[in-house]
Amino acid sequence: MGENQFKNLKIQVMNSYELMVIFTPVLSEEDFKASQKKYSDIITEAGGEIIHSNPWGLKSLAYPIQKKTTGIYWVLEFNGPSDLNEKLKIQMLRDEQVMRHVISRLDKYAVEYNHVKRNGGFAMQDKQEA
Amino acid sequence: MAKNEIKYLTAIKQEKPKKKFCRFKKYGIKYVDYKDIEFLKKFINEQGKLLPRRLSGNSLKYQRKVQDAVKKARQMALLPYVTDLLK
Repeated sequence: MGENQFKNLKIQVMNSYELMVIFTPVLSEEDFKASQKKYSDIITEAGGEIIHSNPWGLKSLAYPIQKKTTGIYWVLEFNGPSDLNEKLKIQMLRDEQVMRHVISRLDKYAVEYNHVKRNGGFAMQDKQEA
Repeated sequence: MAKNEIKYLTAIKQEKPKKKFCRFKKYGIKYVDYKDIEFLKKFINEQGKLLPRRLSGNSLKYQRKVQDAVKKARQMALLPYVTDLLK
């Protein structure tokens, strides 16, 4: 009886994550948008929600990756179940347009930090640093 | 020569060196962002190596976070692994 109870009980623990992807620089604007949509859809289909998408655009790399000196950066903050990342990772590794990706778990301070940063905060902090 | 005159081989340090502090604790920074390269550059030297705690003054807790952030930034080609004249 006790076991069955737990079997039916599906608890979806949502965690905050941040995904950063470097796409190849040969990607056109439409392809970039399409790729963004593709990965956003994977997240939303798996029951996650997208908090903020921030395409940085073309940026020079600190060192060459796959003999390329520039890359298109994309940063996405999302909430999702913990099993989502494996699926996402497989898709990323298969995709030839993706040069590199990283998914990092955000703790509560990180979520707060990102929220404040998006709303144009940290003016005070800069003064103190200087 | 006067009796009271004492000579030292090396000059005595008059000023006390400034006490180092952990900037994270002082300013209440709780999260080290790996995307903020300008901030991370304060913790690496010209060759792109991490500064030790002895020099940066960070507490162990935040040194570890800085370390993780720098390594992540290097992975994503935001910071170089090896270089010269970074600053």
